[in-house]
Amino acid sequence: MRRALLLLAALFFAGACLAQAIQPLPFRDHAEEVRFQKLSAQLRCPMCQNETLADSNAPIAHDLRMKIFELMQAGKSDDEIKAYLVERYSKFVLYQPPVEPGTWLLWFGPGVLLIAGATVVWIQVRRRSRMAADTALPPADSEDDW
Amino acid sequence: MTRLLPLFAFLLLAALFGFGIWYNTKHDQQEIVSPLIDRAAPDFDLPVLGDNSRRVTKASLLGKPYLLNVFGSWCIECVHEHPVLMNEARALGVTLVGYNYKDDPADASAWIAKHGNPFDVIVADRDGRGALDFGVYGAPETFLVDAHGFIRYKHVGPLTPDDLAREIRPAIDALRRENR
Amino acid sequence: MIPELGQFALILALLLAIAQGVLPIVGAWRGNAALMAVARPAAIGQAIFVSAAMAILIYAFLSFDFSVVFVADNSNLALPWYYRVTAVWGAHEGSMLLWVFILNVWTVALAAFSRHLPQPFVARVLGVLGWLAVGFLAFILFTSNPFLRELPMPADGGDLNPVLQDPGMTFHPPVLYMGYVGFSVAFAFSIAALLGGELEQAWVRWARPWTNVAWAFLTGGIVAGSWWAYAELGWGGWWFWDPVENASFMPWLVGVALIHAQAVTEKRGSLPAWTVLLSLFAFSLSLLGTFLVRSGVLTSVHAFASDPRRGLYILGFLIVVIGGSLALYAVRAPKVAGGKPFAVLSRETAIMVANLLFATAAAMVLLGTLFPLIGDALNLGKISVGPPYFGFLFVLLMAPVVLLLPFGPYLRWGRGEGKSLTTVALRAGIAAVICAVAGWFFADGRLRAIAGIAGAAWVAVGTLSYVAKRWREMPRGRRFPAEMAGMLLAHFGVAVFLMGVMLSESLSIERDTRLAPGQTETIGGYTFRFDGVQESAGPNWQGDQGVVTVMRDGATVHVMHPQKRVYTRGQVQTESSIDAGVFRDLYVALGEPMDAAHVDGPWALRLYYKPFIRWIWLGGLFMTLGGFVAAGERRFRAKRAAAANQVVPA
Repeated sequence: MRRALLLLAALFFAGACLAQAIQPLPFRDHAEEVRFQKLSAQLRCPMCQNETLADSNAPIAHDLRMKIFELMQAGKSDDEIKAYLVERYSKFVLYQPPVEPGTWLLWFGPGVLLIAGATVVWIQVRRRSRMAADTALPPADSEDDW
Repeated sequence: MTRLLPLFAFLLLAALFGFGIWYNTKHDQQEIVSPLIDRAAPDFDLPVLGDNSRRVTKASLLGKPYLLNVFGSWCIECVHEHPVLMNEARALGVTLVGYNYKDDPADASAWIAKHGNPFDVIVADRDGRGALDFGVYGAPETFLVDAHGFIRYKHVGPLTPDDLAREIRPAIDALRRENR
Repeated sequence: MIPELGQFALILALLLAIAQGVLPIVGAWRGNAALMAVARPAAIGQAIFVSAAMAILIYAFLSFDFSVVFVADNSNLALPWYYRVTAVWGAHEGSMLLWVFILNVWTVALAAFSRHLPQPFVARVLGVLGWLAVGFLAFILFTSNPFLRELPMPADGGDLNPVLQDPGMTFHPPVLYMGYVGFSVAFAFSIAALLGGELEQAWVRWARPWTNVAWAFLTGGIVAGSWWAYAELGWGGWWFWDPVENASFMPWLVGVALIHAQAVTEKRGSLPAWTVLLSLFAFSLSLLGTFLVRSGVLTSVHAFASDPRRGLYILGFLIVVIGGSLALYAVRAPKVAGGKPFAVLSRETAIMVANLLFATAAAMVLLGTLFPLIGDALNLGKISVGPPYFGFLFVLLMAPVVLLLPFGPYLRWGRGEGKSLTTVALRAGIAAVICAVAGWFFADGRLRAIAGIAGAAWVAVGTLSYVAKRWREMPRGRRFPAEMAGMLLAHFGVAVFLMGVMLSESLSIERDTRLAPGQTETIGGYTFRFDGVQESAGPNWQGDQGVVTVMRDGATVHVMHPQKRVYTRGQVQTESSIDAGVFRDLYVALGEPMDAAHVDGPWALRLYYKPFIRWIWLGGLFMTLGGFVAAGERRFRAKRAAAANQVVPA
């Protein structure tokens, strides 16, 4: 008894962000359990800011998981649950930032870079392959082997 | 020209890092700016700490601006903040509402008895469910709610005399000017 | 007195590092052999003093010298001796000392194994490494001194972060730093080549084994870190896309590109400027990672105590090192796109495409990691970028890599290849289809798992079919040169890794449950019976230990003992229990009693069934091994005369 209290006390103060969250919830079926795990893993804990809501042991994470569970039971969709959280805790809680003008750089930057790079590669390869066609290539020798 | 591209890209990055260092000396990284600012405070209906027969609602507090301070007897930072509430905050001239968050009522009452009671009224949110609507994620947190029930300002973390002088007092003064 | 000796040793090391940075470079510039000859003794002297400082810090920990602030903060009387040794790199100051120590390990290795290289070149390389050491030693002495004292001395110390009190942590940081810091050698080589101009075209060949070894260490370090996070952080995850992980992953991705680009430049003379640039990037990203972790500009799991002064110092250092080297690149990079011509379907093309994909992936990770900061700068509000972003884009970028991988070995330098590509595509394709169909039943139709099985079969069969071809066609002894063997091992590792990731991600079962003693829960065909909780204690912790018996088909598979520990200073740590297996891991973590007043009643437990998760690290180990094996290539050790005929001026 005292030992358990000691653990709880310690948890509250020092280790809240270190210890892991285990919170059994009465899911209707396995599909709902998986849906809950997936959704809570995409959300960020506002308190222990480098943990997902799924992992965090912060008191607020417990409460928010419970709330997500209830919203699910009430038939809310994932998007509605996310909107509920964003309304109260801002977009910070979304690990997947929404695609909007402010995040175009984030979402499309890599694609633009890839296309630009592909163009450079394509130009290089064409130039070199024309050179290759002009100069007769030597037959396979030991160097070419590897 | 293309040879200079990597250097330019890096200088841009270095500027961003310089900004980051500067920005972090000015801002608390842990603080999430509340999306509720300048919006209506959520409805609530909570019992008074130590007296479950009395209830305080959002409607019952309308008409006068108030500071809502989220605290708990388990919260270490709240102890550091408490003298500021006891001394400076009472002089602000607004109602002080204590929001006892996720706490055992007996512990909370004992804590208040020990450290003093700066609040005009204390409401108890034992399971912390109402606090979700306020976007509370820890304690202490402080909200300034205006006479019409709109959240005008939020402070995360313990209040210091400096915070009061530089942030909260001007915000309250602004409210007074609006009402005139 | 002894800690002061440590500080004194660091000051002497700094002075020697300055000598190592200045004199040999001046010597190489003036053609003065005596000045160039200073490089080796200065490097060795510096290494001796840094090692002495390291030894003194370890001694301070072992002798409980709590007058040293760093020791008092990170250890206490109850901490076992082995964790007092690893506590040296358990926090910022000591880990910087480890950084410099490892830089010295690389420098001394280079000084020892560079006798066959031209003296001015070696002088420049050691000079550059000397300057890097100056930067870090000054950083330690001025902002992060691990020997700082505080009097009166406290009777006992704080504690080493409990998550670091794990065997995985003993070797993860040193191995990781061997990788990070190892890229400094490729960096120094390319700077030396830029300084030396046309004369040093052979530098790429000399740099190759060093790059391969550094990359192999980095791979091993990341694997160790991932395994540690899985076992110790208690969340059953193996990768979180945390800023600190990304900091090690970016140089890794650039390292992959660099290893391949070096092969092209060394053998065919193509892409010389790109190879120089990648060498600069790989190490720059290592430095950048150091900055990100220690400046406090990003929040992170492993965040070191942040201090804007340190951030500013490192930023200044970054500007000098990265800005300076990129400026040098702008001025001195090879102007002509040298090298032999090549056909469209040649190995050069394939490597260029792979380079593009890996470089883009690195840029994507950098962008995602820094975007919250960009969000602050552009006033977009606080933004989080996490696994859903990184995972999605990374899979998109790596899918073509997986698709192209089997063709790599079949492609030839310069000449186009047609027929054999069709053959390998057919073979690997058939294998992939068969495995996909088999996987359909095994994974009951889960698409990600099927894609994983098919992809792994595609890569594995493609790679093995090349092994078979070499075996058939080449005489004994010439079948697998080290470089090729390393490449094949690493490529095969991709197949193993892919299998592990896709299967464990899609087929894992996770359950949070409440069990009273005697109650059972079944997941993945395994029945977990909770047999209650006992008290348990270690040298510096006490806590609760659950007993969970795992059964399958009535027979006991394993008895597991998940723990919840409270350390001397009150930190709580979940110590999960893992039954590891080739095809599945079982993983149990202990939560709290459902009712704190009834420890004999039901407890919260988390159970995992994780199929094929070990394959993730196994694949990583194949890649690590591949990197080391490839570095052993005989050709890399060839004397300069033999190397020279390989480089064809444009």
